Amino acid sequence: MTDSQATPLLSLRHVSIALPKGADRALAVEDVSYDVFRGEILCVVGESGSGKSMAANAVMGLLPKGVYTSGGEAIFDGQDLLQLSEKQHRTLRGLRIGMIFQEPMTALNPLMRVGAQISEVFEAHGQFNTRERQQRALALLTEVGIPDPDKAIRAYPFQLSGGQRQRVMIAMALALEPELLIADEPTTALDVTTQAQILELIRDLQQRRGMAVMFITHDFGVVAEIANRVCVMRYGQIVELGEAEAVLKHPSHDYTRALIEAIPSDVIPEARGAETDTPLLEVVGLNKVFRSRGGLFKPAREVHALQDVSFSLVKGETIGIVGESGSGKSTLGRCVVRLERPDSGTLSLSGTDFMHLQGEALRRERHRVQMIFQDPYASLNPRHRVGYSIAQGPIANGTSKGQAMAKAKELLALVGLEGTDDRYPHEFSGGQRQRIGIARALAMQPELIVADEAVSALDVSIQAQILELLEELKQKLSLSLLFITHDLRVAAQICDHIVVMQHGRIVEQGPAREVFLAPREAYTRELLDAIPGREQALADA
Amino acid sequence: MSFFARFAQNRGALIGLIILLTIIAMAILAPLLFPESPWRMVQRPFLPPMEVDGFPLGTDTMGRNVAAGLMHGAWVSLLIGLVSTTVALAIGVPLGAIAGYYGGLIDDALMRFTEFFQTIPNFALAIVLVAIMQPSITSIVLAIAIVSWPPVARLVRAEFLSLRNREYVEAARLVGQSNTTIILRQILPNTLSPIIVLASLMVATAILLESALSFLGLGDPNVMSWGYMIGAARTVIRQAWWLSFFPGVAILLTVLALNLVGEGLDDALNPKLARERS
Repeated sequence: MTDSQATPLLSLRHVSIALPKGADRALAVEDVSYDVFRGEILCVVGESGSGKSMAANAVMGLLPKGVYTSGGEAIFDGQDLLQLSEKQHRTLRGLRIGMIFQEPMTALNPLMRVGAQISEVFEAHGQFNTRERQQRALALLTEVGIPDPDKAIRAYPFQLSGGQRQRVMIAMALALEPELLIADEPTTALDVTTQAQILELIRDLQQRRGMAVMFITHDFGVVAEIANRVCVMRYGQIVELGEAEAVLKHPSHDYTRALIEAIPSDVIPEARGAETDTPLLEVVGLNKVFRSRGGLFKPAREVHALQDVSFSLVKGETIGIVGESGSGKSTLGRCVVRLERPDSGTLSLSGTDFMHLQGEALRRERHRVQMIFQDPYASLNPRHRVGYSIAQGPIANGTSKGQAMAKAKELLALVGLEGTDDRYPHEFSGGQRQRIGIARALAMQPELIVADEAVSALDVSIQAQILELLEELKQKLSLSLLFITHDLRVAAQICDHIVVMQHGRIVEQGPAREVFLAPREAYTRELLDAIPGREQALADA
Repeated sequence: MSFFARFAQNRGALIGLIILLTIIAMAILAPLLFPESPWRMVQRPFLPPMEVDGFPLGTDTMGRNVAAGLMHGAWVSLLIGLVSTTVALAIGVPLGAIAGYYGGLIDDALMRFTEFFQTIPNFALAIVLVAIMQPSITSIVLAIAIVSWPPVARLVRAEFLSLRNREYVEAARLVGQSNTTIILRQILPNTLSPIIVLASLMVATAILLESALSFLGLGDPNVMSWGYMIGAARTVIRQAWWLSFFPGVAILLTVLALNLVGEGLDDALNPKLARERS
């Protein structure tokens, strides 16, 4: 734990960072002061746009073009980092301050072997000869727990999984034994189980080496797992700063409280009953194989995305399809809405065979199942006004244009965006766009809505609002939902039933409460244990 | 804000439009200002500009009025540039859209067909086509269109390939829009920017291609064009710079104006940029 008498390793004093003219606010970071001590993990938490990464970038001398520090100092071991030249910064980076980024695929050079990339770190700082560098690289890979390091050192990044790539990034950041490690959302792009492992690794390494870690995240669950101290930021200002336990248990600021409450923290869902027993959607023995087209010299590849998947959804019910990336959950969703055609099995919607419909017949039935997409930025046509985006479905199905537009206005009001039908998508925030996406799905008066990771691209507080809206609409319009997500916390909040998938198969399914409280399968248990902040929530409950 | 007001906010586009309108005015006013045929020999040859009244740009190797040639030539050059580009777009955009949207065998077939045209050097094919069809404005326009549509098809196909799996296109498919509607209303508007830029360049290329054909003696013998003027003056460029200079500047200005207008159109049509400026 922190010794408050000790001098901090890094000390930010009244740092302000100015944004270029025309940005949404003048200062990205305003008068921010915090300390990072040796041997502690400081979590900087905030939603997107809070300026949480900016301060770290300034410390590293990696501010984007046009953004500059307009005041304050960052004292690292007696030096003010904000006054350093680019060259001085370069010697400091890697050597004394290490950094890990969010996206491990883009942060690694795709054409270089992993070992060479780690050796390059030593080379950049002129340390050791070639042989020693290789040996050190191997030792580092062993230390960060990559399975089979002898092989991994000769692998290219694409041959490693996301978690393994993040381990390589950590190995590179740690290569020169820095005193301070800055981790910028290092686990956000990873699956829950991998995330848990990486968090464990970072905590472990930090304790073993006595480093200071500055951990930037948007996820309070992660904070609960790893932080010694927490710094909560909003609009470029510090909202709250203090010991992790104190902040999490007794947040003093309303915003912190709101953020913590916004986390789907009730990891134990309530028992809910279905309304009727007639199945709306019946899926039996569904299979889907993706074949890449082989060329003259390369054989065709096959991926079994769905294998023998069966479940059924009762009217008015919400089923959560949960799984990690590559588990086939999205393919399942796309098969249900018939963006993909399953290879075999049965897919029926209140008695209609939905699987073998094709062409014109399929087009006429499509309105019965609608989808809410993951990316609120890609799911609306940038050249169409949102009112038209919503109305075009009914228009395609024969409603008159005037009627459809009037209905679109009503729907926008229903999702809380009254009077915005003549605006273009880029004038809305991510959460608002997702509301428009929901309105578009509702415009078709579907029997079933498939939501494919509908909230995973959003900030927690926005996520909570969207989930609330869905819940409310569900009550009002008695919707049936197929909710696809990788986030068990979200699933716990909204789903009546849970279907857990892995490698294209269903591992376990049952009422949400049962799955969460008494998981039958090892894999489900593993998933549940990996939820960040779960122990905390269980203890509170 | 009206479409024109949005367009006019881009100053370059406004300048381009003014140049273009001037050139069009030249083409229209030519028969009024120079009622005589531009082919008529009216003064002694090699008269430099501004020496004799009524011949502000001098005369050419045969004693023809350069100013008259320039104004009459504007009509032909613009006509050839615009019409051949329109024809090329009319062939290339639908082919590219269908290939990119449907993919698979249709794509293979259409792209092999496109490659068939691409493997033959542009200019050689144009010469052959004009020679077979007899030099005339129609045959030149057709020949230029036929050699310049493959890049359009390729571009549109590439755009469609990347756009057809966007979530908003999938959403349109889910609400039951027909393929035609999706192609025309969802995807095509989003491919406009690169098409406009390419089209403004194609007009320029077409004008140059016509010059090259005229230079080889494959121009329409009845009409004066800028390309013919440059081609005829090439051999005497050291004695009479003005013979190739003025038509050259005219081509340059036209191409520049078209590019500026293209860019302005693209900006004005893009809702995002339009709102940000206002």
